[in-house]
Amino acid sequence: MITALDRRSLLAGSLVLGAGGLALPRLAFAQGAGHRNLLFVLLRGAADGMAMLAPVGDPGLEALRGASLADYEGAGRLGSFFAVHPALAGVAAAAQSGEALFVHAAATAYRERSHFDGQNLLETGGTAPYATRDGWLNRLTALLNEGAPTPLRALAIAQAVPLALRGDAPVSNYAPSALPAASDDLLARVSQLYAADGELGALWQRALETKAMAEDDGLRNLRDASAAGELAASLMRDAGGARIGMIELGGWDTHANQRGAFARSARGLDALLAAYKTGMGAAWADTLVVVATEFGRTARLNGTGGTDHGTAGAALLMGGGVRGGRVIADWPGLAERQLFEGRDLAPTTALESVLAGAVAEHLRLDPERAMARLFPGRSAKPLSGIIRS
Amino acid sequence: MSRPSIALSRFGYGLAAGDTPPGDPRRYLLAQLEAYDPAPVAIAGRMRSRGETAEMVELVRSLRQDRRAAMAMTEPPEAMNAPAEDPRAAALEGLPPEYRTKLAEARKVLVADVAARTQLAVASPTPMVERLVHFWSNHFSVSVGKLGTQFEVGPHEFTAIRPHVLGRFSDMLKAAVLHPAMLLYLDQFQSIGPNAPFAQRRTRRGGDRPERPRGLNENLAREVLELHTLGVDGGYSQADVTELARALTGWTVPGIGRVGRFAEDQPSGAAFVALVHEPGARRVLGRTYPAGEARQALAILETLAAHPATARHIATKLARHFAGDTPPPALVARLEADFLATGGDLASLTRTLIDAPEVWMPGPVKFRTPFEWLVGALRLTGAAKLPAQRIVGALDQLGQVPWRAPSPAGYDDLAASWAGPDALVRRVELAERIAGNVPADDILARAEAAFPGALGEATRTQLKRAESGHQALALLLVSPEMMRR
Repeated sequence: MITALDRRSLLAGSLVLGAGGLALPRLAFAQGAGHRNLLFVLLRGAADGMAMLAPVGDPGLEALRGASLADYEGAGRLGSFFAVHPALAGVAAAAQSGEALFVHAAATAYRERSHFDGQNLLETGGTAPYATRDGWLNRLTALLNEGAPTPLRALAIAQAVPLALRGDAPVSNYAPSALPAASDDLLARVSQLYAADGELGALWQRALETKAMAEDDGLRNLRDASAAGELAASLMRDAGGARIGMIELGGWDTHANQRGAFARSARGLDALLAAYKTGMGAAWADTLVVVATEFGRTARLNGTGGTDHGTAGAALLMGGGVRGGRVIADWPGLAERQLFEGRDLAPTTALESVLAGAVAEHLRLDPERAMARLFPGRSAKPLSGIIRS
Repeated sequence: MSRPSIALSRFGYGLAAGDTPPGDPRRYLLAQLEAYDPAPVAIAGRMRSRGETAEMVELVRSLRQDRRAAMAMTEPPEAMNAPAEDPRAAALEGLPPEYRTKLAEARKVLVADVAARTQLAVASPTPMVERLVHFWSNHFSVSVGKLGTQFEVGPHEFTAIRPHVLGRFSDMLKAAVLHPAMLLYLDQFQSIGPNAPFAQRRTRRGGDRPERPRGLNENLAREVLELHTLGVDGGYSQADVTELARALTGWTVPGIGRVGRFAEDQPSGAAFVALVHEPGARRVLGRTYPAGEARQALAILETLAAHPATARHIATKLARHFAGDTPPPALVARLEADFLATGGDLASLTRTLIDAPEVWMPGPVKFRTPFEWLVGALRLTGAAKLPAQRIVGALDQLGQVPWRAPSPAGYDDLAASWAGPDALVRRVELAERIAGNVPADDILARAEAAFPGALGEATRTQLKRAESGHQALALLLVSPEMMRR
């Protein structure tokens, strides 16, 4: 079902968890992650939250976005206020069936406008760019590994391990290759060659394990978003698969002629999520997908039909257990005086609270402790009420 | 690592087949400063893009109404960006033949340029300077993904980077930032001053069609300050970004748009159109620049090139590239002082690196990037004459095709970005293919020569145990000595 816009009352009213968890961390963690799955989708390049989920009920939108609003005629609505971009039709349908929700006007603690610093902050979970060396998803993996008999599998479906997954907890990565497989004899000799090399030996061991899991994926690359979604699901749905996955999507830095470029990237995201959901099958009930980007874009279109680097944007939470069909936002408004620095959607929700709250509820972790570990040094409370209890 | 091994692999791209290791490592490196050829014959025909870019941009603009065209117009800037391949192929089918021809031609030019750049490094007698070319090309990263850039990214490196790697930073900055490749990549070519005569006339006529580009774009200005000069903590504000963006209006690609006939050609290969330039004085970092058309942006770039924050930013990046992921502060300080004292003399910075004890530390300090690894492997095996398409395919599989970095910051220069499980598998797969197609005699002796005094016991043992020369060569190509430098 679809509810109207949730205001801050919703956030404030549900921030009652936490204190008990701090007192009884062992108990909280003893529940463990079980077979729950988490997929983090990072939209690199600052996806435009106002295009993703257009605040069509705001009287200020017309003046800022003009002709591009024609795209939203007949688009899926969330309440009377928000319209989902038509290229995200699958996401809109999931929201309408109660399995997806958006958080809007959200931003990390970062208030400048560099992609690289913004992504660094979103991936490390630090309070300043480059201040933290490991990623929050790696620390989450370490947290789940505490007291577990064997470390869980964490996996990036990418050619390189993204910063969010880098750190002390063992992780792997995989991307389909167009190269012919190396001979088994050579693989065995490489194992011996690296046996005494701490770094290469450990990487090689994980490479062989992941390779075995992904046998015969039939793909040559990750360019087909739908196939990438299927691949992610195939590596996560089984009992022996990865519990934590990460995938990256680019093409969101729409400085010029945004209408076509955004729609193209959004169609890719929609296809990826749809294929992943289908691929997860019964495991979808125990799966959470978190989609986030480093920051939003300018509220008004620039001189070349695009948008420049901004501040607040939207995040998407999707999964079998999500209390979906709604938008969580303390909507700041689009009038000139309401914009951040006169140009951007103003941030009213901490993105870190969204991430920590969502993963903690889903993985049955104590939210306060998860927040302290994943995003230390924040005053904001983890968001709650995201997952159906 | 021994000093000869460091001179070969940490400073350069490793030993080339048939060469002998340097007797005097320092002199071997200094001699490269004299022997470097900025304009080798192999790329002599690629110094000008001959107006093909503008032709392509104009062609596509005329087709823009066609939505199918829009789908296929963009190369995927990175692997994950594009939608399914099938829609792209279908879109291509539906395109007018003249555009399909142009697109095929653009791809061919790009593949040839990537291969030419790679083969130059493979065959180079001055591999340290080639490394510097690629370092600076990555610093001023341009990436295919925007229309017409296929024709321009090669010439960007060949004409804006290569001539200046041992020259002055300010000359390289002006050439690289104002080259058509950069103007296209960071949207500068269509940025228009809001008070420029062209914009004013359109407003008066009131005939402005919606969706037509018609104003300021600050993308290039921001990256110049953040990435190319001062660095993100260099002390600039949003107002400085906007002022630099205004100063840059008018710099565009020759032959594009209705204003094209008013364009004046510039030495960088770009054009300047006064009609779209924002009039008036600009104020950047507290200093005022009088109205001066094309000269205004050049004057601001000159100031930025000499700024202490720029010196620190460049010193840090160079130190990270040659001395390790965590740049030694003392080396950064010396490079910074050198940069300021010489006014950004890049030959002097190179000599400072060669004389820096931090760069001669024995242990490996870096994990080789995919491009470094492939060039090193091709030099070592002597497999220089691979077809262009195979070179590009290999780089694509390794995850680092030149001029296709995922962001204007270029490719990462940190081990953690490249030393992943998947990367090792790909290098092993490729090593087996490369090794299978070249002569593979005396691999142990060749290994000792390639890593003089630096070959580890584990590698030596595996090379001896290998079933064949080809297998030994494949193992050498993925050995720890080859993976790191």
